[in-house]
Amino acid sequence: MTDLTEAMSISPSVPEPGVVARSTPRVTLADSPSKHPPETGPTGEAVFDVRNLSVRYGDNVAVAGVSMEIHKNEITALIGPSGCGKSTVLRCFNRMNDIIEIARIEGSISYHGVDLYGKSVDAVEVRRRIGMVFQKPNPFPKSIYDNVAFGPKIAGFSGDMDDVVRDALERAALWDEVKDRLKTSAYALSGGQQQRLCIARAIATNPDVLLMDEPASALDPIATLRIEDLMQDLKHDYTIVIVTHNMQQAARVSDRTAFFNIRVDDQGQRTGYLVEYAGTGTIFTNPNQQATEDYITGRFG
Amino acid sequence: MVVSAPTTTEIVAQHLAGKRVPIGSIVFRAALLMALLTSLLILVTLLTSITAGAVPTFQERGLDFITSPLSLDPATAGVWSGIVGSAGIAALVTVIAFPLGIGTAVYLEEYASRGRLTNLLRTNVRNLASVPSIVYGLLGLAIFVRVVNLIGLSGTSSGRNILAAGVTMAVLVLPIVIITTSEALRAVPQTIREAGFGVGATKWEVIRHQVIPSAAPGILTGAVLAIARAFGETAPLLVIGVATGFFAAAADATFVERVTGSYTALPVVILSWSKQNDVQFADTLAPAAIVVLLAMLLTANAAAIIIRNRFDRNQQ
Repeated sequence: MTDLTEAMSISPSVPEPGVVARSTPRVTLADSPSKHPPETGPTGEAVFDVRNLSVRYGDNVAVAGVSMEIHKNEITALIGPSGCGKSTVLRCFNRMNDIIEIARIEGSISYHGVDLYGKSVDAVEVRRRIGMVFQKPNPFPKSIYDNVAFGPKIAGFSGDMDDVVRDALERAALWDEVKDRLKTSAYALSGGQQQRLCIARAIATNPDVLLMDEPASALDPIATLRIEDLMQDLKHDYTIVIVTHNMQQAARVSDRTAFFNIRVDDQGQRTGYLVEYAGTGTIFTNPNQQATEDYITGRFG
Repeated sequence: MVVSAPTTTEIVAQHLAGKRVPIGSIVFRAALLMALLTSLLILVTLLTSITAGAVPTFQERGLDFITSPLSLDPATAGVWSGIVGSAGIAALVTVIAFPLGIGTAVYLEEYASRGRLTNLLRTNVRNLASVPSIVYGLLGLAIFVRVVNLIGLSGTSSGRNILAAGVTMAVLVLPIVIITTSEALRAVPQTIREAGFGVGATKWEVIRHQVIPSAAPGILTGAVLAIARAFGETAPLLVIGVATGFFAAAADATFVERVTGSYTALPVVILSWSKQNDVQFADTLAPAAIVVLLAMLLTANAAAIIIRNRFDRNQQ
């Protein structure tokens, strides 16, 4: 049995043992004319290495044959039409599909070289290191403070919880708006604030990776921009994978983009697959595949 | 003579003018109002006739009526034995039916895999809820009274005591607790569970810290329904041998003697009083006992509402 407080350090200044420190050189918007990293240059190390991943729900293969690498301190966007399996793939990264009884996973995902679905891997430990933000803001029906404190609390954190809550809320750019009402219900916040609260909740356990499943789809344009700005700040500390159906959003925020599409077989079974994965600049200006170009130019989807 | 063409305004005004009398609507509305008034009238009649009968008793006897034991003399008879019996039954129901029922529902909803067996179980729990209470009384007589005898807790009552009655009532309300808890758990949005798993909670932590607190108001509502049912049921108690005559536990009876000895319950007291030859029992004492029973039920309801509001405060 691992000592929880040791296995999971909460303070952002102390990197978690075993997980590489977050000190990759930053690519700031001001420094480079294009906000995307040079695509031929040295890339960050791979956080995830996906090999031939397929997910089936019962008899239905939702997505098949996905291979891709997710790089450290980058924002990777998964885009594609509804039903292409992009959310399904995202939910494999923190074993969220485990809670769906009929879901079966084939192929492999390694996380810093460790097989995420290996026999000795505990899904709960995985989710403490790989946080998730969902499509609709889903705060717990509790106070703002308790929402943020829940993750560290169940992880056995025993230090100053007030500091952890404040730090997470500050990093989620919500502190100033809620500092005087931490004990009020999270349900009293606006949709955009709730989503930032969910981001604060996700980073309160000091994860290594943040998975975001269409985090702005239920928000208005202004709240969406705040979330996007926030993602740019957060990528210095975290590796971010975002699913979005909004192509402009993918173009605005991501460093790499994976385009998924749907294949329909003779029996009418619809299966998602990865069409193309490259730097966001390439995908949006010079895609390799006709399907990608058709999708991003709005010819379908 | 030139007839000027009607203006657009005149034409529109003509078309829009309505003389329709919505007869169907009026009749329907009147019927609904009648339904409401009829229900109200029944309720008001019930309450006034009971209160009218009860007021003299409370005026003459005051608290003495509550704290006196059963007696053959209407001038000294009170409901204390009934209150003690009903409270004991309610306590046993709380201790037995709530943990069992809530536990069953949490297992069925959160852990059991969706399949034929689970569905079969669910359907049968629903069926159990509609089994007439007298059947539970027979079950209590056949099993619980005997078990109480077997394990030597029969005291002077040959097993016809509060223990057997409480367990029988607990079994009777168990389906209610399971069904209401199941529904409350099912109403908790899946997104709350995902959020819990997403921050690295185990299944138990998600259930314990998020799902059950979110479902608590619904679970409590079920608990109140169950307690109310246990307070009001009479038939099963008659079957398993509740005392319907006049007895009083000795004033110096120990706790064990009270638990293992003969007992009665408030609704049974009301029943036996309303059958007495001395009409004073039926005319003044029984209504007063009904008021006491209603007061106990309302107190239980109020307590549940207060607890529920405390849970709700963070959920709005």
